[in-house]
Amino acid sequence: MQCAFLLKKGYPMARTMTGAEMVIKVLADQGVEFVFGYPGGAVLPIYDEIFQQEKVKHVLVRQEGGAVHAAEGYARSTGKVGVVLVTSGPGATNAVTGLTDALMDSIPVVCLTGQVPTHLIGNDAFQECDTIGITRPCTKHNWLVKDVNDLARVLHEAFYIAKSGRPGPVVVDIPKDVQFATGTYVTPSNTAIAHKSYRPKLKGDQPLIQRAVELMASARKPIFYTGGGVINSGPKASQLLRELVRQTGFPITSTLMGLGAYPASDKQWLGMLGMHGTYEANMAMHDCDLLINIGARFDDRITGRTDAFSPGSRKVHIDIDPSSINKNIKVDVPIVGDCAYVLEDMIRAWRGLASSPEKSALKGWWKQIDQWRAVNCLKYKASSDVIMPQYALERLQAHIKDRDTYISTEVGQHQMWAAQFLKFDEPNRWLTSGGLGTMGYGLPAAIGAQIAHPKSLVIDVAGDASILMNIQEMSTAVQYRLPVKIFILNNQYMGMVRQWQQLLHGNRYSESYTEALPDFVKLAEAYGGVGMRCDHPADLDDAIKAMLAVKDKPVIFDCRVAALANCFPMIPSGKAHNQMLLGEDVSAEEIDKAIGKEGKVLV
Amino acid sequence: MSEKGTGSAYFLEERKDATERHTFSILVDNEPGVLARIASLFSGRGYNIESLTVSETDEERRLSRFTVVTTGTPMVLQQIRNQLDRLVPVHSVTDLTTSGQPIERELALVKVAGKGEKRIEALRLAEIFRASVVDTSTEHFVFEITGKSSKIEQFIAIMRELGLVEVSRTGIAAMARGSQGL
Repeated sequence: MQCAFLLKKGYPMARTMTGAEMVIKVLADQGVEFVFGYPGGAVLPIYDEIFQQEKVKHVLVRQEGGAVHAAEGYARSTGKVGVVLVTSGPGATNAVTGLTDALMDSIPVVCLTGQVPTHLIGNDAFQECDTIGITRPCTKHNWLVKDVNDLARVLHEAFYIAKSGRPGPVVVDIPKDVQFATGTYVTPSNTAIAHKSYRPKLKGDQPLIQRAVELMASARKPIFYTGGGVINSGPKASQLLRELVRQTGFPITSTLMGLGAYPASDKQWLGMLGMHGTYEANMAMHDCDLLINIGARFDDRITGRTDAFSPGSRKVHIDIDPSSINKNIKVDVPIVGDCAYVLEDMIRAWRGLASSPEKSALKGWWKQIDQWRAVNCLKYKASSDVIMPQYALERLQAHIKDRDTYISTEVGQHQMWAAQFLKFDEPNRWLTSGGLGTMGYGLPAAIGAQIAHPKSLVIDVAGDASILMNIQEMSTAVQYRLPVKIFILNNQYMGMVRQWQQLLHGNRYSESYTEALPDFVKLAEAYGGVGMRCDHPADLDDAIKAMLAVKDKPVIFDCRVAALANCFPMIPSGKAHNQMLLGEDVSAEEIDKAIGKEGKVLV
Repeated sequence: MSEKGTGSAYFLEERKDATERHTFSILVDNEPGVLARIASLFSGRGYNIESLTVSETDEERRLSRFTVVTTGTPMVLQQIRNQLDRLVPVHSVTDLTTSGQPIERELALVKVAGKGEKRIEALRLAEIFRASVVDTSTEHFVFEITGKSSKIEQFIAIMRELGLVEVSRTGIAAMARGSQGL
């Protein structure tokens, strides 16, 4: 009788099992194929279950931080939830950087942490920490499960929270005694309908969408400014974006996180915007009369000086997170909703306009944009003796352009150059730490992507300093025979730190030179991978070919590049979009003039 | 263009908008850690808390109601509301101040010690303020007073001259006027 009632209400069949079994069962029921983790005392019961099954495969990293970044790379390159399993105490605290990274970039991650048994919580037990307290500000939500009968429900809810709305990381902290205890398992119910308080709004308000489309129809200097939200919304959103952009004939630029949502090879594409964005993108943002932000958040690296940001434009902002709207920049038409839903409605409204707008009205705008493009802002001084970092990436792009490629990066100059010189035509192909700027992200992220796409080419464009932050994951790549290519632009400096010291601190290179870099070739070999070095532009093509030919094991490619190259264009501190420093010809005097006293004190 | 206060790529520009004082009602699941979530959101994002009270108000659905008094520019107040609203256990966030002057009440316990004239004066004033005596000896009173914060502050100020020993205040409980609930 009771059972029939439960079934009728949509309640799932119940089964009895231990907490540790439940963890694996939830992962299987959620369709999880891979878990990135590292064992320890407080998760041993779960590892024991992993040992006894084959549905969920475990990838053993070498440090918990690597596990979270690997899960991020997996999630970002597949659109699925990345799953992490770590132990209590140091296992959990090591995961904090990755969790914060995932929060800033809206990456869906479920991180399971072991905890000391409930009766020891608060006793300063061995490997105890207040995981929930520590991870509260760096997760979308977190749970401490004290009763095994809550475990399955909470875990299913964790997946729902991680992936719905604006995605993000969640932590479920599971004490060891709960893993041993026996309780009732529930299968995933329809959490989306059932969740009592978290039901994000997907569809945008129709009148606002109509208003936006009318502004678009009358705009003379419009621009689309898109971000990671389009990619998070799924491949359909990218498809719809392309449709809308082509139908309108508007130019489009994107943030670092949004690269690939719109094809870089298209003629309406202006390149990335922001601090190291292209001249044409930033000038167009500054001078436009209508700005349509789709899934981006007016981050400070994008806006520059907020009071001089796109001063003459009306602004439309589409975001699934209401707190992103009117946070940094006041907008005229705020639309809360999922990018794919809103784009679909926008296309419909655009088609339904009483009179279809003349594309010729944009002629003057495109002419202006072409003049900006003619500045050729990414040009650099070529050299026949040393490899310029830009040249290295141009050659890399030439060799990978027709291949099925995923690119990850670390953080710094190489990351910005990669964003400028590598071309992304599809979403989910570009894995980078945007919001938090985590050095050491790239190698584990590449591992996660390679696990998900074993036949694809996965390259971590790295710097010599960043790569050392998670170099231990080479060992992981070797263990799983992952042919990840680590392409290090080695200038022996923390390049971006050095560049800022040059521009802002009178050339005083305080602690930004790495005096004792390892021999990267030997290092690769020591791990059981392949090491290569190239230090002359004439040898570069052959070397890249050789790197791409390596199968079944990781490669470290030590590309020795010009030591003191700077990343341009650059919007200096405290300046507006139309006050960019352009590349090669900038003199020290100009730099000094461009960056005021105010700018120098800023981060 | 002056060099100062022009804002930058890294800091939000200094906004000149005047700050306002608003009272929020927040309905949340009464689960462990929810107070820490709300409080750390305010501290983490640099918002002010002037007063914060919380208690379970719906036993059946296990909901608690927070009353938070905060100050900020209109843009910041909107942010506070949106940031609170996206916390998972939060059911609703209502800015009571935008929908008219809400009813705001506070309770305080005020301990006053003294003898002779001052003692009599304290009791006389307490009557004027409709404070009730909840504990007493020949040398002290503990008054219980409820009302608007301003009334309580006034009472405390007066008692300072009459042998004030200590004060404990609940912070504000608030609700909107009219027949509608949250």
